[in-house]
Amino acid sequence: MTALTIPAGMPQYDDKPRFDVERVRADFPILGREVNGHPLVYLDSGNTSQKPRQVIDAVARYYAEHNANVARSVHTLGTESTEAYEGARAKVAAFIGAPSVDEVVFTKNATESLNLVAHAFGPHARDPRFRLGPGDEIVISEMEHHSNIVPWQLLCERTGATLRWFGLTESGRLDESNLDELVNERTKIVSIVHMSNVLGTVNATARITARVREVGALLMLDCSQSVPHLPMDVVDYDVDFIAFTGHKMLAPTGIGVLWGRGELLNVMPPFLGGGSMIETVKMTGSTFAPAPARFEAGTPPIAQAVGLGAAIDYLNAVGMDAVAWHDKELTAYALDALDTVPGLRIYGPRVPVGRGATISFTLDKIHPHDVGQVLDSLGVQVRVGHHCAKPICDRFSVPALTRASFYLYTTTEEVDALVRGLDQVRKVFA
Amino acid sequence: MQLDQLYQEIILDHYKRPQGRGLREPFAAGVHHVNPTCGDEITLRVALDGETISDISYDGQGCSISQASASVLYELLNGRKVDDAFAVHAAFVELMGGKGQIEPDEEVLGDAVAFAGVAKYPARVKCALLSWMALKDAVAQAVALEKEEV
Repeated sequence: MTALTIPAGMPQYDDKPRFDVERVRADFPILGREVNGHPLVYLDSGNTSQKPRQVIDAVARYYAEHNANVARSVHTLGTESTEAYEGARAKVAAFIGAPSVDEVVFTKNATESLNLVAHAFGPHARDPRFRLGPGDEIVISEMEHHSNIVPWQLLCERTGATLRWFGLTESGRLDESNLDELVNERTKIVSIVHMSNVLGTVNATARITARVREVGALLMLDCSQSVPHLPMDVVDYDVDFIAFTGHKMLAPTGIGVLWGRGELLNVMPPFLGGGSMIETVKMTGSTFAPAPARFEAGTPPIAQAVGLGAAIDYLNAVGMDAVAWHDKELTAYALDALDTVPGLRIYGPRVPVGRGATISFTLDKIHPHDVGQVLDSLGVQVRVGHHCAKPICDRFSVPALTRASFYLYTTTEEVDALVRGLDQVRKVFA
Repeated sequence: MQLDQLYQEIILDHYKRPQGRGLREPFAAGVHHVNPTCGDEITLRVALDGETISDISYDGQGCSISQASASVLYELLNGRKVDDAFAVHAAFVELMGGKGQIEPDEEVLGDAVAFAGVAKYPARVKCALLSWMALKDAVAQAVALEKEEV
């Protein structure tokens, strides 16, 4: 075998940022448990991630030591709670490179973030960029999660606007061949997924962004799958809005994020009305606080935000570059390993380039429900079904898919357990 | 192994060699039911001859549990009186809702007793019930149509 040497001065293989997976795993109490008599093999992080002790402790400590309502109390606990909540907002802003902390709106999940932006559009919007009616167009894609389809369908029903979408190529990438026709002067917003929750595809957005700017539309990215796994800088990406959720990035459920350019957020109408989002209220009418308070009516998910802050601290300590590289190495390993399983077909990119650590597949004609059930009996947790992205299943003419999705605590041994499990599935249904 | 309770031989047999599958004419009523959480689908038709279900024909796609269940349903209820069929239906629904605590009566349920293990898996109960709910819907529609005609 010939040894290949990378010339000095070029990036070396060892230069890649790495971390000790076993040390990371030790931080996640749940990874020590068994399922059906087997060690847990958790391959459903694209659905929700597991939580490290540091996040669990931060939430418990908040309740045990600081709990009070935010933004309305002069007392000490209220001040501590407000500082913890706003501190989490500052961590989120830094994590995604937001120019201002005030551009980070806390929601309950990415779905709410997407709905909030869709809700800003209408025939009577004060700002022309959000004015929408018959003849106007909204562009999404065929690889969206239902949460980036249905709010826009509802909006189009309300306003008479037209919904259009990018198709997919056979290899599961965005078909940009008709970009200039699809995104045009009638387009008000393009809202597409950054990383597909089914195919794993990471969409290259530069060409789309350029076209969106050319026609004066707005651009939103659904980053639910990407922010947990890849370094994100909203200024570099030159987007107008991004949505993501805490529970897929080591944080608790019930906390999501909408980031938007401040200038846009402050011309958008409120979403929910109530306390905390007002400037002044009279019986004859009210005026509203600037963002982010404008969009945070009522008592927010305070402990969950604190948990998200702790999750971001954890990810920063490991390093997002290292997380992304771990994903890449693991995905390359898994694509090769799954390739050895007879009858297995992968849907989505089959090379570990421009894709994340989420792999969906079919196994012969065996229904994914049955695949998932046999794998569960061996402790292997995968997602089965249409993954809230039914148009993808329709596109590839499959009723359902089995999906394995990884994260920073996933090991190659777990990928091996999946492959062994699939052999067992084939035996049961042979 | 627990899995054997779920995937009993009878279920796998029906899955691999489904009875009565395929859509047939004539029929009095046809329905299409889906399980939105997993995308399982069934199209099911019934023909009535007086008070007797003279044919149950179906086609669909889905997991082994949902497809085997449709096959068992055909074997068990095709050619039965509507009232008898509904009695068996009620027993099956009760079995599925029993969280594995109910001892099924093989006299009434025949091959459907094999689904007793499914009741222990809440996520799969809907799979087993898909065709049964479709049948109840279709028979109810067919009976209503028949009454309108009289």
